[in-house]
Formats: sequence, structure tokens, C-alpha cells
Amino acid sequence: MKYEEFKDNESLELLRESGTPVLLVTIDDVINWGRKNSLWPLTFATSCCGIEMMATGAPRHDFARFGMEVYRASPRQADVIVVAGTIVNKMAPVLKRLYDQMSEPKYVVAMGACAISGGPFFLNSYSVVKGVEHVIPVDVYIPGCPPRPEALLYGMLQLQRKIETENIKSRKLRTAKNDSK
Amino acid sequence: MEEIIKEVVIDEQEEYTINMGPQHPSTHGVLRLVVSLKGEIVKNIEPHIGYIHRGIEKMCESITYPQIIHLTDRMDYLSAAINNEAVCLAVEKALEVEIPDRIKIIRTIISELTRIQSHQLFWASYGMDMGGQTCFFYGLRDREKVLDIFEETTGGRMIVSYNCPGGLMYDIHPNFQKRVKEFIKYFRGVLWEYDAILSGNVIFRERTIGIGRLKLEDAISYGITGPSGRASGFSCDIRKQEPYSAYDRVKFNEVLYTEGDTYHRYLARIEEMRESMNIIDQLIDNIPEGPYFVKMKPVIKLPEGEYFQRVETARGELDVFIKSDGNKNPYRVKFRSPNFVNLGVLNHISKDFKIADLIAIAGSLDFVIPDIDR
Repeated sequence: MKYEEFKDNESLELLRESGTPVLLVTIDDVINWGRKNSLWPLTFATSCCGIEMMATGAPRHDFARFGMEVYRASPRQADVIVVAGTIVNKMAPVLKRLYDQMSEPKYVVAMGACAISGGPFFLNSYSVVKGVEHVIPVDVYIPGCPPRPEALLYGMLQLQRKIETENIKSRKLRTAKNDSK
Repeated sequence: MEEIIKEVVIDEQEEYTINMGPQHPSTHGVLRLVVSLKGEIVKNIEPHIGYIHRGIEKMCESITYPQIIHLTDRMDYLSAAINNEAVCLAVEKALEVEIPDRIKIIRTIISELTRIQSHQLFWASYGMDMGGQTCFFYGLRDREKVLDIFEETTGGRMIVSYNCPGGLMYDIHPNFQKRVKEFIKYFRGVLWEYDAILSGNVIFRERTIGIGRLKLEDAISYGITGPSGRASGFSCDIRKQEPYSAYDRVKFNEVLYTEGDTYHRYLARIEEMRESMNIIDQLIDNIPEGPYFVKMKPVIKLPEGEYFQRVETARGELDVFIKSDGNKNPYRVKFRSPNFVNLGVLNHISKDFKIADLIAIAGSLDFVIPDIDR
């Protein structure tokens, strides 16, 4: 059907009479719009980055402008886990369990140098996990030690952009990939 | 029906254990407390630490002295500048370097600003623990103003790495004095809000007065320092006992209470913010001209021996012990962190209180978990 005809009310009437289903927006767009504007982070912080995460939620930077103000204490209710701070060998199984407890769709943001690679504790430390991607799959990396609140906001906006490009097929692939980990 | 009620009563006689943490919003990090309960009454608390143990002391043995300050920043990140100062003072003591007044005074001002922002964050998060969201917004609103001053002068918001052995990393920003004075004037004007929202709040007072009482002799035998110890009447302020930097030339009161309950541990921190502002007032106009660092050797090597320095962080006494064998790396570094010692008293003071009071008591000791584990 041509676009001009589609805009025409008469042809729409014809379609309705013949019982053809008409969808004006793809369902993916609607789902993605809803998901990206209500990302609820888990209150999970191990060290200094957690304080900057608090500062991001505070009045000056105000997370709430982008629909992320509802920090959840339970992983069951959270959509995104912001790994803020160093993960050490003793903490890694706990982090994995927290991630497994979150319900799909779930996203991971690695905030700060420690979560990306071990950061200042990369060399010479016997107990630090050198990057959180060894434990759970990461969507967005935010560099800095600790990153400024603006950097965290930027990273979260990048996550929103990533969510916008998702569709049913990629979502299924992603879930399968997570399950196999 | 009566039989069922009987069963419940019998069940309450038995102790059972719940696990609090490591992911729990009111432990302020990844502390894990295994709490034994009888009904709602806390019978025993077993803290499990090490969920953020990064091996900082061991790492220090393989890096040079100027590099150590970047690790001490990340120990107690809310008093980062004071931790740096401890290491710098120990190294300077070992090398017998004479530090000019300008450096001493700037270090003291930065330390006191750090103390203020740490207590602001304590107030904000403690209010939130007790169910008051407003505190969080008010506390962090004022904290951003201190961070702005830090950012302008040091380049960092909270991890400043501003002190280095031999002086300061950079000179102060030309606006520094003006901005600090503006902040002090502003903060004096809004500190009454802190009292109005929380200190005088009936619900808050009901939940904190008389809860978690720590006696003076217990505070001394457990070694509780900082505002938590001073709330019990234990005069333990290193700034008074062993003045370092410019603390010997300022007049300030050591905040002391005798009650030692949760409310007075909270109140001690509020009063300390006032005292910190008094200290800054006395110093801010008296920064002499001069260099901001003492020229040191390119590679700092400490003479063989043992060196020790005590400082007062926002949470208590931090001790640094350095043993050197004459190389550019220390042979052994040991930190006596205030939070680790303060954690030891948690079981003692929260016994026989309700589980809801445990949140209030643990919050009033103001833990920073990476400082416990190091």
C-alpha cells in the first residue's frame, strides 16, 4: 500500500471493513520507550563510586529527570545494576547471585575504573577482580576514578540509547546468552 | 485457635539467625552482619568483613611513597585529604623536613572542609536510614558546595590526592579564600535547618535517645575514637592531644558529651561541623605567602627505622606505621583505621535492643566499609 493511500481516511475505512489489522507503531518502539524511561537501579555500591552515585541522585544532578530516581533495595524489583566500586574475590559470588536474582530485562553498568579493570588495584593486589565482566556481562562502561555525576548521567543516557535499538529478536538472543553464562 | 497461639509463643523462645548484608542499603556498603534474634530482640551480632578487602597494606610494599597517597585516598574516601595528610606527615617526620606555615595552614583548612563534607553526608544518610528523605536532599545540597571548592583547587571532587610528601600537589586557586568564606557564611546560615529537621524531630528523638548507650569505661576499653567516643566522654581528639599541622595555633572546643547514646553520637557530629567552621575562620585570612612545596629528592628513600603518625579523621583516630629498610618502597605499612576498631563495639551496644534499633546504632557509628577492610 502506498503511503498516500494509507493516510487517506477512506482507504482506512476499507481496511477496517475487511478486518485487516492495522498497527501504526511497531510494538518494539512502545516497549523500548517504556523501558528506557523507567530504569530502576539497584542500590548496590561497594566503595567511593557509590558516593558519587548518591550525589547523582541528589538535587544538583537529579537522576529523576531521566526516570531513574527509584532506587530499589531488592534485586527483584531493579532493572539495572550499577556496579559502583571494587569487586573483590569474596564479593564476586555475591554479585553474581544479585545479578541472577534480577528479572529480565536486566542491564549492567560498570561504573569507575575498579569495575572496568581493577583500576588503581590492577597491579600488585591479590584479592581484586580485574574487571567486573569476568563475573557478569556489562552493557555500558563509565571511566573515571570515581566518575563525575555528569559522567554517570551520560553513561545512563547511553544505556537508554542502547535500549532504544532493541527488538524482539535481539532481546531473545540476549536472554539466551545470559542464561548460558 | 489457642493452640496455634501457644505454638507461636514457644517459637519466640528459640533464637534464630538472620543475615543482613552484604547488599543492604543501611549497612552503607558491603558489611555483612549475622544477627541472632529472640523474637524481635537482638541477642548477638557477628560482623563478617572482607567483602571489599583490596590488600592496600600489602600493595603499599611494592610502590613508592608518593604513590601511597593515592591508595589511602580510597580507604576512607570521605576523609581522603586527612588520610593523605597522615602518610605525608609520617614521611616528612622520617626525612626531618621543615614544612612552611603556608602548607600547614592550607592542609588544615582542606582537612576541616573534608570533615564538614563527611559529616554532611553522615547527616544526609543517617536521616535517610531513619526514614527522612528530606535530609538526603538538604545534606547533599550543601555538600556540593564544599566539593566545588575542592574541584577548583585540587581538581578532584572527593578523591582529592592534594597532599603529597613535601607539601601540596598544586597551589591554591586564586578564588580559594573567597569561596571558602562564602561557603562558611552560607553554611552558618543553613545549619539551623539541620537541627530543625532532625535534631529536634520528635520521632527521631524517640528513636535515638537512650538507644545503644556506650559507657565511658567501655569506650576506652574498646578503643572507640572520633565523635562516637567523644559522645561517651572519652577525650580522644588527636587535634588536641598531639597537634599536627596548624592545629596548635587555633582555638577550638573538643565536643564532649557524657550520655553516650545514639542521639549524642549524632549530635557530636553536628557540633563538630560548627567547630570546624570556627577553625577555618581563624586560618582563612592568615595564609602567608610562599612556596606550596618543599623541594624533595626525585626518589624519596626513608632512612632505616620505624615511623608513626596519628591524625584525627572524620571518624576517629587513624594511625600510620611505616617500617623502612632504606629502599624507595616501605618494608611494611600498617594503618590503624578508626572504623575497624569502632565496628568491634557494635555487638556490645546493640545487645537487647530491637532489630530496628540496630539500624540506628550502626548508622550512628558512621561506618565506611573500605576503611574497615582496607
